[in-house]
Amino acid sequence: MSELIPTIIAKYNYWIYITLMMIGLYAMIAKNNLVKKIVGMNIFQTAIILFYVSIGVKKGATIPISTGGHGAAHEVVHAADYLNPLPHVLMLTAIVVGVATLGVALALALRIYSRYNTLEEDEILAQIRKK
Amino acid sequence: MKIIGLIITIITGAFLVYAAVDFPAWADPNSPASTYLSPYFIENSMKDTSVPNFVTSLLADYRGFDTMFETTVIFTAGLVCFILLRISGGKEPETRHYRHVLTGVTVTLKEGRKIPASEDFERIDDLWTPPDLIIKTGCRLMIPFIQLFALYVIAHGHSSPGGGFQGGVILGASIILLAISHDLRTALERMREKVVAILCPVGVAIYAGTGTLCLLLGLNFLDYSALASVLHVDPISARSHGILMVEIGVGIAVMTTMIWIYNNISSAGKYNQGL
Amino acid sequence: MSQQYPVLIVIVPLLSAFAISIAGWVNKRLCFPIIVTALGVAVYASVGLLLTVLEKGVVIYHLGGWPPPVGIAYYVDHLNGLVLVVVSLVALLNVIACKKSIELEFPDKAAPFYTLYILMVTGLLGIVVTGDAFNLYVLLEIAALTGYGLLAMGEERAPLSTLNYLYMGTIGACFYLLGVGYLYIVTGSLNMVDIARLLPPLYQSKAVLAAFIICMVGVWLKMAFFPLHAWLPNAYTHAPSAASSLIAPLVTKVMVYVMIRLILTVFTPEFAFATLALNNVVVWLAVIAIVMGAILALAERNLKKMLTFIIVAEVGYMVGGAWLGNRAGMTGAILHIVNDALMTLCVFLVVGNIVYKVKGYAFEDLQGLFRKMPFTMGAFVVGAMSIIGVPPTCGFFSKWYLILGALQAGHYGFVAALIFSSLVSVVLFFRIFEICYYEPFSDHHGHDHPPEPMDEAPLLMVVPLLIVAVILILVGLYTGDIVNHVIKFAIPEGLV
Repeated sequence: MSELIPTIIAKYNYWIYITLMMIGLYAMIAKNNLVKKIVGMNIFQTAIILFYVSIGVKKGATIPISTGGHGAAHEVVHAADYLNPLPHVLMLTAIVVGVATLGVALALALRIYSRYNTLEEDEILAQIRKK
Repeated sequence: MKIIGLIITIITGAFLVYAAVDFPAWADPNSPASTYLSPYFIENSMKDTSVPNFVTSLLADYRGFDTMFETTVIFTAGLVCFILLRISGGKEPETRHYRHVLTGVTVTLKEGRKIPASEDFERIDDLWTPPDLIIKTGCRLMIPFIQLFALYVIAHGHSSPGGGFQGGVILGASIILLAISHDLRTALERMREKVVAILCPVGVAIYAGTGTLCLLLGLNFLDYSALASVLHVDPISARSHGILMVEIGVGIAVMTTMIWIYNNISSAGKYNQGL
Repeated sequence: MSQQYPVLIVIVPLLSAFAISIAGWVNKRLCFPIIVTALGVAVYASVGLLLTVLEKGVVIYHLGGWPPPVGIAYYVDHLNGLVLVVVSLVALLNVIACKKSIELEFPDKAAPFYTLYILMVTGLLGIVVTGDAFNLYVLLEIAALTGYGLLAMGEERAPLSTLNYLYMGTIGACFYLLGVGYLYIVTGSLNMVDIARLLPPLYQSKAVLAAFIICMVGVWLKMAFFPLHAWLPNAYTHAPSAASSLIAPLVTKVMVYVMIRLILTVFTPEFAFATLALNNVVVWLAVIAIVMGAILALAERNLKKMLTFIIVAEVGYMVGGAWLGNRAGMTGAILHIVNDALMTLCVFLVVGNIVYKVKGYAFEDLQGLFRKMPFTMGAFVVGAMSIIGVPPTCGFFSKWYLILGALQAGHYGFVAALIFSSLVSVVLFFRIFEICYYEPFSDHHGHDHPPEPMDEAPLLMVVPLLIVAVILILVGLYTGDIVNHVIKFAIPEGLV
């Protein structure tokens, strides 16, 4: 028990991302409204972004921009002083992908709304069955 | 469905928690992710590319190929919104509303009717609220500064947080602000649909074209050091300039895509009136 | 120039996408020549690449001049060399065959449609050629987003089924991304070969196990592996014919390729098959997939939807074959990627031709088609024979290897499922032949109705279809060469 609590605290970033991700997943599976599902999808993607960015953190390090500036090409840079830039770069891509998916999903929802005049999934399915 | 969802969620969550036990603790400087590749980028970015912002050098050079496709993803999203929503033909709606500026009287026109061409009448949206002088003037004043800041963010991405994506979004936001504070027609007069739709692929093509230029100059795709012979600089500065070139392409593509998506979604593809 | 082939395969379609998009606003007639030229170059480059690989072994290309693991590398061996040729060839034949129907269905949106089409092909080719786990994710999303756009352009219900596909596809891609993140957190690398080098000491780690399972579930979602298949039938059925005959043959097959690549290169067969001992579970899932796919197909009264359920069953073949964990099963799975892409293309092009002429694909619409469209139906018979598995069509040979692998592994359930699904296919297709053979009932009883004249689809649609049908037989006849010269080297020595 005495070891459990420090472990939980030391890895708190993982617990937060898992919680957020599961909220998103639940919304995508269980919600009836199509836009709520889209919101759930966005939470889901953002949780993964949080996960990646939290990998990049290092204790005692600063943002990954050389403090020497342009003129200091020969200054020695210590890797331990800067955060890991790779997860940031990967997540820039993932954010862009998330935005793009969101745009496409909203466009689809708009098409569905203009056709069925509702965004509740069960009502749409009832309309389809009626025909 | 709710119970199934709950069960799936709990099983997945429990599995992820089970796996997370083996992970290094948060902010551990000795984790494999922080010790294997990332020191190379941090220590060699200045030597390889003379870019002090490691994220920029990594984004646009070491992993520039990813970023090119990332820009393509943006372009794809704009194009998908266009193909799904745009109602072509540009037909006018059945009823149009005009407001007589001097008296404030609203005139509703049925299809086919015309109004005498004069400065006194202005076209208004169906759900029209009276123009708010403070908002309109405030936005008109702010937009040039927003755009200036966007250009700074694009150009200064080498040595401070920023770059093509961020700057492009700010540029796009300035036009969207115009559409929100005035109306969609005003924004479309500034950035016509055809201009947006052509600039978007041009922006991504600048990126891919820079890479192809390197290929034609005899090195691998996106190896900016090949540009040294064209730009008359040493290979390391050439990498820095190559990054700037692709950032400009990214900025154009992102700006136009933001506007494109906004125009299509806010008017449901009709392009007659926005939100 | 030949050392640039790996990147040309991706770059030429990508640049042409922008050219098409701009040409759409300037002169729409330029779009089709550009797309055909670009895909032609891609086919040429991928064939050249496959020949180079056969001659000299693995080709590695450093993008941006950075050696891996610092930069992104393209890594082409026998496996993806073969899949590249198939993907680019299918895309080229399909675009030629679908020109008429694209212009008929989207008179004023042909240019954006072509742009999305070629971007999708770019994405799929990029997935196949890349050697970087994260680069694969980005291209996966390009292929997915363009796919949503193409599928949603179809009938009235298409946007709804596409939105469901979007939800499932996003979960799948995010799971894959998460799995890559887990690998990154334990190894610090993103290059596939480099990860494989760093993994062996970590095989006992829970994180690696989780990474493997999450990646697999993500890829299964994307390939519609039963029970994660719910999005596929509706999305493919309501799509425009040009889109479904591109997406149905390629997307699921490329995802199977990704799964095989992850098993063979990233996690290595020793981990996937020996350490985990999940084989039996997955193969039984595949058995259920095959049986359920066949039964659900039997329940359909609609040609296109029936074919989509056959795809679900075919995915079961490939997943099951790959997870049998022996050389014959893996050979069968890889061979089936090639064969299934070609035969799915064949039957979906037939559906495209029927829709073009008859404007429907329910069983009632098919009456009298053997007389009306003899060439199209001839190709359909070849495609159907291949799906059933009649020699000398290619479908027989991949099934042969799959059954061989199942017998070696002692998995008789899989053998039974394969035979059961073949028998169901016989019923399915002969039922359709029967409907197509007889003329529709005449409305005027007792009067001799003159039979309808031949009304074949345009030449531009029929010729590519017949080429595909011929390829189906040719691949069947040359199966031995493909297996001995290509697939044999694609599977690592360790797998017996």
